[in-house]
Amino acid sequence: MGTVTYLAVLGGCLVCALWLEPVLRVGVLRQWRRLALTLAPVAAAFLAWDVAAVAAGHWWFDAGQVIGVWLPGGLPLEEVLFFLVVPLCAILGFEAVRSVLARSGLTRPGLARSGPRSMPARRERATGSGGPADGREVAE
Amino acid sequence: MTYTVAAGLAVLAALAVDLVGLRTRLVLGRVFWLSYAIILFFQLLANGVLAGRGVVRYDPAAILGPRVAAAPVEDLAFGFALVLTTLAVWSRLGRSAWRAGERDRGREGRRAR
Repeated sequence: MGTVTYLAVLGGCLVCALWLEPVLRVGVLRQWRRLALTLAPVAAAFLAWDVAAVAAGHWWFDAGQVIGVWLPGGLPLEEVLFFLVVPLCAILGFEAVRSVLARSGLTRPGLARSGPRSMPARRERATGSGGPADGREVAE
Repeated sequence: MTYTVAAGLAVLAALAVDLVGLRTRLVLGRVFWLSYAIILFFQLLANGVLAGRGVVRYDPAAILGPRVAAAPVEDLAFGFALVLTTLAVWSRLGRSAWRAGERDRGREGRRAR
């Protein structure tokens, strides 16, 4: 009989990171296609390692702490979700840092003397990492 | 091959992807390292629960032995490789993000003391 321990850890990761999307408007989920194109190859590569490591006996999973859905290769469903959740959280964190750095850099008074470029630059970046240009790039 | 060797190779592969393959060069800028510091904190929390409670168990023969937050040190390398590869691919797929990285590094170059 399995439990939700592993699933709860993944849920905790999402809770810690997902708020960045609406609050800092990082636009990661909005760029779903770019996100999918990022997650697919990375997850595939690391899952291949994972399956090989399980086959080699480097590590294994406690059947009592996963919900009990096992996939080919000896991986619990949670392990596949891990390679989607962790990269997503990493991207959200990365974009949040970029967003905060860009905003603080532009609102610091000392940078006002960077001249006329500061105003358009601010408007451009205030929309977050996404911004109209970013969205278009990915959507089309 | 032990987990130790595989984790070391994964870090080298991730660096190769970032510096040579995709030429995103995130490890040369500050945004990546600031992000990684934050991600590492949460990684240690998550790993601590997964390894500490034994959700994932490791063959003692496949690892060096030292543990950080209950998880084998190799997990740090594993996590680093995962995060760097992810962010390199993500950055490569968004041209404006890539340019922001260029700006990031350019600023750093000018600030060099």
